[in-house]
Amino acid sequence: MGSRMLDPKGRSVVVVTGIGLVTSLGIGVRACWERLVSGHSGVKPISRFPTEGLRTTIAGTVDDLDVTPLSAHDLSLAMAEVAASEAIAQAGIGRVGHFPGPLIVATPPSELEWPHLNRLVEVPSDAELAGYQRILANARSGAFADLARHVRFAAIADSLQERFGTEGEPLSICTACASGATTIQLGLEAIRRGQTEAALCIGTDATVHPEGLIRFSLLSALSTANEAPHKASKPFSKRRDGFVMAEGAGALVLESYDAAKARGARVLAVVRGCGEKADDYHRTRSRPDGTAIIGAIRKTLEDACVAPEEIDYINAHGTSTPENDKMEYVSLHAVLGDHLARTPISSNKSMVGHTLIAAGSVEAVFSVMTLGTGVLPPTINYDEPDPELPLDVVPNVSRPARVSTILSNSFGFGGQNVCVVFSEEPA
Amino acid sequence: MRSARDQVWITGIGLVSSLGHGTAAHWQKLNVQGTPRPVIDPQRFAPYTIHPLAGIDFTKQIPRTSDQRQMERWQKIGVYAAGLALADARLAGDAPLLERTNLCIAAGNGERDLALDARILAAAGPGGAWGAYLNQGLTAGLRPTLYLGQLSNLLAGNISIVHKATGSSRTFKGEEMAGVSAFANAVARIEAGQGELFLVGGALNAEREDALLACELAGALYNGPYRSVWQRREQGGGLVPGSLGAFLVLESSGHARQRGAVPYARISDVLSSRSRRGPGDASAAAAGLFSRLRLNPKAGDLGILSGASGAEPATAEERQFIASLAQRGVNPIVRAWGSMLGHSLEAHFIAGLALAALAVSNEVFYPPFDTSEVESACDVRPDRILVTTFGHWRGEAMALVQSAW
Repeated sequence: MGSRMLDPKGRSVVVVTGIGLVTSLGIGVRACWERLVSGHSGVKPISRFPTEGLRTTIAGTVDDLDVTPLSAHDLSLAMAEVAASEAIAQAGIGRVGHFPGPLIVATPPSELEWPHLNRLVEVPSDAELAGYQRILANARSGAFADLARHVRFAAIADSLQERFGTEGEPLSICTACASGATTIQLGLEAIRRGQTEAALCIGTDATVHPEGLIRFSLLSALSTANEAPHKASKPFSKRRDGFVMAEGAGALVLESYDAAKARGARVLAVVRGCGEKADDYHRTRSRPDGTAIIGAIRKTLEDACVAPEEIDYINAHGTSTPENDKMEYVSLHAVLGDHLARTPISSNKSMVGHTLIAAGSVEAVFSVMTLGTGVLPPTINYDEPDPELPLDVVPNVSRPARVSTILSNSFGFGGQNVCVVFSEEPA
Repeated sequence: MRSARDQVWITGIGLVSSLGHGTAAHWQKLNVQGTPRPVIDPQRFAPYTIHPLAGIDFTKQIPRTSDQRQMERWQKIGVYAAGLALADARLAGDAPLLERTNLCIAAGNGERDLALDARILAAAGPGGAWGAYLNQGLTAGLRPTLYLGQLSNLLAGNISIVHKATGSSRTFKGEEMAGVSAFANAVARIEAGQGELFLVGGALNAEREDALLACELAGALYNGPYRSVWQRREQGGGLVPGSLGAFLVLESSGHARQRGAVPYARISDVLSSRSRRGPGDASAAAAGLFSRLRLNPKAGDLGILSGASGAEPATAEERQFIASLAQRGVNPIVRAWGSMLGHSLEAHFIAGLALAALAVSNEVFYPPFDTSEVESACDVRPDRILVTTFGHWRGEAMALVQSAW
């Protein structure tokens, strides 16, 4: 191999050579993308458990994979496998059962769900024990070893590593709703420092179960617009009233540009840079002046060696909560200034819902598709603009546009703010 | 890409456990000659034994009650230990440096509301229909902020809020290997010039039944009269969890020199693998890692701080690995800190690194932590210490901690 392709800072250029996707819109990148750009919503009434007494009864569930009995672990794993298979097949990298690089996967909380607790408590125990004492006594029998995967934090990573034969110790990541973006950041950094030539980056989340929904509901984070599910997620609109929980998985194969070129791989996009900044203000809210989000965007542009004016499309975090969309606007305006008014910005979450841990991965895949197809996906349900957020949100219908550099935002509880810049393959 | 210029230094340590809080308390209690005396509680969660956290005034590091109210105990332990590490590295209150401090945190989930769980399970009864009852019970019973006490990344989030460390924030999961991942990520970034200043750590609240349940489901929880990690095999093996918070400030040597920070030790290697754990796999994997260590000299006395948990067969595999070192001309002097502090899962490896750094900087190795034949008394001046961990289920890792001078 000749001299390496380096970026302006003298680091290896990192590219995307494979993408895979499962969302409430369908299975596979193509199915999801076609429905996304035609403005379909994957949000629907929840049918997998009774919703009586719940304030929110809708979600963007993934119901097309045969996972029975359903659990967050099993569906998250199944979706991740489908997405990773698609991404690896497209990249044509490695050989069957051997991916030549590490696995970096963002996964939802590992915990027992109510059907599991019920199984554990139902067994008659010798003593008159109740609650967790009874559960522990039953668990001591060893008869419930099949439940261990639900409480092992790296169980999903372990299964994925075994299936795809990734190298080294896999990373299991949680930066809340920025997790997907963090996997890309970790992959980018590992390739830049020469630790690997490739990385398999995945985000997956299937936590639409009663407690998962109720937790967010109690934090007043969810839309309660149950009567018209497909209209519930309405980012940047005046009457936005919360996000819609959703499930999904996104996978990306990252490679050094040189490794990709050397094996004749097709380059789908360049990962120009990533940046992050933690917020110290509040567990669920951003600092009112936007300092941390602004810091994350600035650090990202600086890392990517991209000027604000070079951003020609923004894949928004755009959750449809009053707080997020306002802070995202305020922060983008602080960095992009007048250029923001000329920059289309849309939220995939208006259609797929908020895939939480997976959102950064899902939206990265959509960003790569936006670059490749020259079509900006719309923000649907933009019926009543919020006058305080004057943005070109690509309202309601997709739009052809020449796009060469995209900013993708991901923000999460716990003050997590991560952004990624993608661009076209260098000429 | 390893920079020849900068080393990775440990410039701050924060430690809280059943033995007390702070480095001085730990150094003193771990260096008592004679029979080791771990602090255990065999009654509260009988038949399980745990190492309970020493009495700690959380307000010393978390002064605002509004902050404390929104944290579960594992987060308080972690935020407290993180504060000790920042203070130890003379970063506490230094806004410009904290603003550039990168967080690499190892975490699981926080605790559930056990009383609520029990109430709902009891009311539903055997075979009870869930549905509406569960919805109503959870909606009425769950504290709205409990989820924030459970989310893995909210230990990091609380460290940012309480201590103002905000450079970047990443949380790694996966029991013992979470600690390895968090530490290895910080080391790699410092070596590659991708960051200069890191706060790395984790915390465990062992005193809760949902945490014990997770270990029990994994078949890894010790259940019997208390023994040290090397002496549980006849009882079926298993880990004895210990409440603990362990944090390190890692810093590039150049950055530390510039601000006049004094190192405890430097990190010369951290390596990991994930064998499938067939018989002999883990010890073979560890032997492979050992071969790759930049150990100089390659033979002779070697202090080993072992992260052995007592869980089987991982602990037997580690003994096999340690025994094999003799063939390489290495004389291993082993101390398993789990016998003194308990096993602390995500925080365990970090705790071992902290103890290694203390020993290196004090130029004294620890007396045996148990009375088995594995740990023999030996006067060794530790200018290098190998820290190992064999995950109770998956993962093998080791790091070499050396004198910075």
